[in-house]
Amino acid sequence: MATTAIPKTKVSGGSFLLEERRPEEVFTPEDFTEQHQLIGQTAEEFAVNEIIPNAEKIEHKDFSVTRDLLKKAGELGLSSVEIPEAYGGLDMDKVTAAVIADHIAKYAGFATSWGGHTGIGTLPIVYFGTEEQKKKYLPRLATGEIVGAYALSESTSGSDALNCRARATLSPDGKHYILNGEKMWITNAGFADLFTVFAKVDGEKFTAFLVEKTFPGFSIGAEEHKMGIRGSSTCAIILNDCKVPVENLLGDIGKGHIIAFNILNVGRFKLGAMCVGGARVSLENSIGYAKQRKAFGKVIADFGLVREKLANMAVGVYTGESMVYRTVGMMDVALSEVDKSGADAIKEIRKAIEEYAVECSIIKVWGSEMIDYVVDETVQIYGGYGFVEEYPAERAYRDARINRIFEGTNEINRLIITGFLLKRAMSGQLPLMPAIKKLMDEVLSGPSVGEEVEGPLAEERKLVAQAKKLGLFAAGSATQKYMQAIQDQQEVMGAIADMTIETYAMESAVLRAQKIVERDGDSAAMLPIAMTRVYLSQAMEKIEAGARRIIAAVAEGDMLRTQLAILRRLAKYEPFNTIGLRQQIAQKVIERGKYTLV
Amino acid sequence: MKILVCMKQVPQKDAPLKLNETGTWIREDVSYEVNEPDAYALEEALRQKEKHGGEVVVITSGPARAQQVLREALAKGADRAIHLEDNAFVGLDAFNTARAFAAAIKDDQFDLIFTGLQSDDYGYAQTGVVLAELLGWPHATIIMQIEKNESGIRVKRELEAGYFQFVDMPLPAVLTIQSGINKLRYATLIGIKQAKNKPLRKVSLAEVQSALGANLQKIERLYVPQKTKNTEFLEGPAGEVAKKLAEKLRNEVRVL
Repeated sequence: MATTAIPKTKVSGGSFLLEERRPEEVFTPEDFTEQHQLIGQTAEEFAVNEIIPNAEKIEHKDFSVTRDLLKKAGELGLSSVEIPEAYGGLDMDKVTAAVIADHIAKYAGFATSWGGHTGIGTLPIVYFGTEEQKKKYLPRLATGEIVGAYALSESTSGSDALNCRARATLSPDGKHYILNGEKMWITNAGFADLFTVFAKVDGEKFTAFLVEKTFPGFSIGAEEHKMGIRGSSTCAIILNDCKVPVENLLGDIGKGHIIAFNILNVGRFKLGAMCVGGARVSLENSIGYAKQRKAFGKVIADFGLVREKLANMAVGVYTGESMVYRTVGMMDVALSEVDKSGADAIKEIRKAIEEYAVECSIIKVWGSEMIDYVVDETVQIYGGYGFVEEYPAERAYRDARINRIFEGTNEINRLIITGFLLKRAMSGQLPLMPAIKKLMDEVLSGPSVGEEVEGPLAEERKLVAQAKKLGLFAAGSATQKYMQAIQDQQEVMGAIADMTIETYAMESAVLRAQKIVERDGDSAAMLPIAMTRVYLSQAMEKIEAGARRIIAAVAEGDMLRTQLAILRRLAKYEPFNTIGLRQQIAQKVIERGKYTLV
Repeated sequence: MKILVCMKQVPQKDAPLKLNETGTWIREDVSYEVNEPDAYALEEALRQKEKHGGEVVVITSGPARAQQVLREALAKGADRAIHLEDNAFVGLDAFNTARAFAAAIKDDQFDLIFTGLQSDDYGYAQTGVVLAELLGWPHATIIMQIEKNESGIRVKRELEAGYFQFVDMPLPAVLTIQSGINKLRYATLIGIKQAKNKPLRKVSLAEVQSALGANLQKIERLYVPQKTKNTEFLEGPAGEVAKKLAEKLRNEVRVL
């Protein structure tokens, strides 16, 4: 086997829009080390042997089972890869964190509890805690002896969390903060021990506190009756003159927003990984069902319209894996440059992760929408049986929906994507404006002979380049019209985000296929290439539609006609035979009975 | 106690069995895993070490990919590993594999050697027994339980029809371990992390070549069994039909 190149050079966040990447610059699942594989195997065995057999009990809210499993996961080390060794953690790379999330996601009810505990429940202390706070809480969070939760939202403030009503005042003796208010939608609330709670000191300074459930004045509301992830606990918490020792202040007074936003940023990539893991399970359930269900004397896996769905699901999983592992791979390169013994280590680590805020938002939005497609088609394949509780399709369908809402709604994340890119463009950190100007000059000077692209997947790489140009062209037209006020044009911001997301997805799929071709040759890469082509076809439709939507909003008359002509030129390509490609993909996954690339 | 565990990498249970025209197994889309009985053998060795102290060493033969089996064993708690690394080892029969193992461990002094009862792919159940013979050690097969006593060990063997046999044996000895006799542990993340630094000795084909001979066993042909379906109607009075049926079940189908 040829040695695979694992990326070593750091790239800046969002730069994928402007720069061309080579396959050796991205990390793919084919680059997993022996250690990643073994850890994946442990996580897989844990999910199959421990989580899934208990799913029914957990679904009926027997949270003692959840607590036991969190403890077992902790003992195996599955919950502490992001905790430093000094505090009982394993301090491993983000690829490992993603691999574990990917496998744990087999049952969403438990995955939500585990994700809440290891992510938003633990990371605030990792990234913002004092030495004492870390020593006091992290070792026990690592082992699952105590469980963490995160209390940001309220009944009247969600995405606008800074608008919260919870209050904190210093007690007359200066030893406690007295917290009053109510927090809502708190994952793990029913059985957690430690909560990161946000409240405004003196009614104005947004601040975070570490609140133990035993603190006087702290109580937990009733379980919510949810559409999905019923195997997770979601309650309100009530703070009624809750006494929190001053040493449990987390971060600085009035700086709670830094914690609130960063914690979601640094954990979001794992949600992307979980969506991919969950979608893979649904796909495999669908294949199994389609292979045994008969209609008109044949198994339904023989029918083209069913095969088309199975192929699309596999394409979703493939593309999702490509995006998620590319993203965590980039983070790991950046993190490997941080001096972990340095005084500012934690700040540097945070910065290295935040660098990829756009990519993390992309995989969250894309992953949650991909799994929603997959679980929807799974119900469809199961037909009537997809609509009843006895079969797995129904629960998966309900469970997936929340992914588009929590950890920042997909709408908020779309605004983050475009907003972050524009901010970087304005500050000159990302030379977006010069790139737009160059493209505008280029397209206005009339049709040019496109550069010849050579080597493996040349056509596909050319399409990625076209997608990038379409995005820049639409963003350029929009910024010309609105200038800074584009921030107020949410629909335009959203459309730019859509194009950005699709571009990243396309490029990730192509680079992975290219890497497989270069390593194993064309014949071994038959499926990855087919999946990539199907994905590119879908994505180009969306990108073209997005660009058209923006142009129609910002231009009219002759200007509009000129711009449409440019758009058509940029979007022009010879279509792939996606019907044939999907047949190929379906044939293989049906034959193997599972998601496969060989 | 110093225990050697012989392990094998086998195709995953759900691996597709596809043959090309020359009757060779197409392996390009096959994934591999630890042979299941070997996993129980390893678990038993680790438990014996936890009770009595000592060392657990794992050994396998096969191409580079087979190393995964050893890393997994090291991650679960084995102390060191020996890898007879060469593609050619895949083609050895059980006798030659045992000879290769015997040659590779000639400088080690083990108290016990465990193998899984048999392999999930070929299922010969021979390597352990032949290895005992080559070393001149006693052996016992289908082991369910091992107790150390003053003179050696007492083992429980699984016989047919729910019977067991208890055997007192001296050490050193070779035992082939039955699946399911204990609960397998997971490789913990800390174990996986530490496994990277544990010693793994590689043995080349050349180092053991002189111990090997011609294979005594070879696969003539691989083929997927053809499905045949014969339906025979027994006619006549009920008493006669029943008699004929009983006869057939006894002599042809042999289920009575």
